[in-house]
Amino acid sequence: MGSVTTSHDMGLHEEQLAGRTQQMYFSATEEENFTYPWAYEVDYANSAEFDAADLSIPEINLRIRELMQSGHGTITVKNPRAKHSLGVGILNRLNLNFEGSLGYFGCGLIDGPNVRISGRVGWSCAENMMAGTVVIEKNAGSLFGAAIRGGDLVCKGQAGARVGIDQKGGTIIVGDSVGAFTGFMMQRGRMIILGDAGDNLGDSMYDGTIYVAGKIASLGVDCVETELTDLDKKYLKGKLDLYGMEAPNGIDSMVKLTSGKQLWNYDNLEPTEKKLVL
Amino acid sequence: MCGIAGLIWKGGVTSDIGSEMTQMLQALKHRGPDSTGFALYGKGEEGVHILRFKVAEQEEMRTGFDIHKQVIERKAAVDTRLEEMGADVTAREDATEYAFRYHFKFGGDLTRLIDFIEDLEGVEILSVGKGLELIKDLGDAAIVSDQYGLNGFVGTHAIGHTRMATESDVDIRSAHPYWAYPFNDVSVVHNGQLTNYWTKRRDLERRGHRFMSNCDSELIAVYIADRIDQGEELEAAMTRSIDALDGVFTYLVATGNQLGMAKDVMGAKPMVLYESDEFVGLASEEVAIRSIFPREIDTWDPYQGEVKVWAA
Repeated sequence: MGSVTTSHDMGLHEEQLAGRTQQMYFSATEEENFTYPWAYEVDYANSAEFDAADLSIPEINLRIRELMQSGHGTITVKNPRAKHSLGVGILNRLNLNFEGSLGYFGCGLIDGPNVRISGRVGWSCAENMMAGTVVIEKNAGSLFGAAIRGGDLVCKGQAGARVGIDQKGGTIIVGDSVGAFTGFMMQRGRMIILGDAGDNLGDSMYDGTIYVAGKIASLGVDCVETELTDLDKKYLKGKLDLYGMEAPNGIDSMVKLTSGKQLWNYDNLEPTEKKLVL
Repeated sequence: MCGIAGLIWKGGVTSDIGSEMTQMLQALKHRGPDSTGFALYGKGEEGVHILRFKVAEQEEMRTGFDIHKQVIERKAAVDTRLEEMGADVTAREDATEYAFRYHFKFGGDLTRLIDFIEDLEGVEILSVGKGLELIKDLGDAAIVSDQYGLNGFVGTHAIGHTRMATESDVDIRSAHPYWAYPFNDVSVVHNGQLTNYWTKRRDLERRGHRFMSNCDSELIAVYIADRIDQGEELEAAMTRSIDALDGVFTYLVATGNQLGMAKDVMGAKPMVLYESDEFVGLASEEVAIRSIFPREIDTWDPYQGEVKVWAA
């Protein structure tokens, strides 16, 4: 690698596209475009909509698959009425719109689609998302973006506790405040919080970065504040502009948090093991 | 896992809370199908107490040899004791073969009357109140609601519970809600597990409080009752409980004219809140609130350690 000057050189943008980590430098090439061999050929201009009010959860998810199969690239689901597990397991390019709220586990295990939700989401939204975007106009429940590995997960309202627990990549953006234990055991990726953060922010995080615009109730174990560089500011501006969001007191006043790496004891031997080596 | 739900109509508005709570709890059935309980708050009548009690468990009704006779005897014994204490029973209703609803007028020491009745073998008082009616039984919300004829119950506020038994048996005595004995009109539902149950229970028992079951959730009802007994307001008592109770919990409390919620410091158990000018709805999952408001509504999750109280 040559000298690192821009966020592109850092691999920040490729990460969002391909779900790779910020630690690896690579470019997303044509042959590495991560589509599944069984993915449906869909056309974004070919749109369809259906009313989910009287459908069961499996019926709604199957209907989405049937529409993808018939080449629909834009699907609008009306009246989801906070049902659980909607829009899960979609491994395809797709524009998916929910006109209403989702219950628990909405859009979990997805890889690729661009999802818009006009209402709110319950617990564990976009759990283990690999790539794509999920944009929620209202609030989110706890465990928002648990263990996500890539893509952008955006909540324009407030989110509950344990946002991005075990996050392994991608970006989580929350427009308002988040609850306790946000970023608990975070491993990679980035989190942007434009409101206040609850107790134990970034507790036991291994790696990754958390940006906070509001007040922080308390930091968790081994979560430390670090310098907000020009590169960070550029990245934040780019991401927030993309979703039409703004830091309440400007990007310059945001706080950047990372792991203090004091808990990194992977190479240390247990006392009993030491005796063996000696 | 358990599902809890609460609703309150503000400004003294009344509604068919029986049907509303049944729908909310039925939507939460997947969180626990073992038993369902309702604490419904009607308008009540001045000077009239409503007594809900049971004289047997469902298990006993199925397997007991002599139980059908015993149920009649136990009920007769309750009647005798009510009369002995000078209570004027104005109405008697059989909700089921083993659960009853009485209206009575009484000017004496209510706690003593309750103790005297509960002293009878197999008799448990579910609730005493001016507005409160506490109904709990095995099965889902639709079954219990049908069995006890709750659809059409008019009132101002209610809490309810669908139970997945984790800490104690599947029976009526371990079902929620719990009445905060001996206080008129106070009831509690809980989702979670309490880890300092035995320590706290011994502490409260030493101070004369009664525990009817081995279910950890009963502790919250007794704890709140104890704080009210010491002259504390509901909101202050609930705020204190956040530190006093150990474990994971989201619980709802209702009194004659209030509805309150509290969440533990970890925010470990869910709660979705919907508030409008005339109505407040709370439930473990949004589907429960949406079962009575199918239109799009704005909801959010209260944060860890939060206590909120609303008045009817």
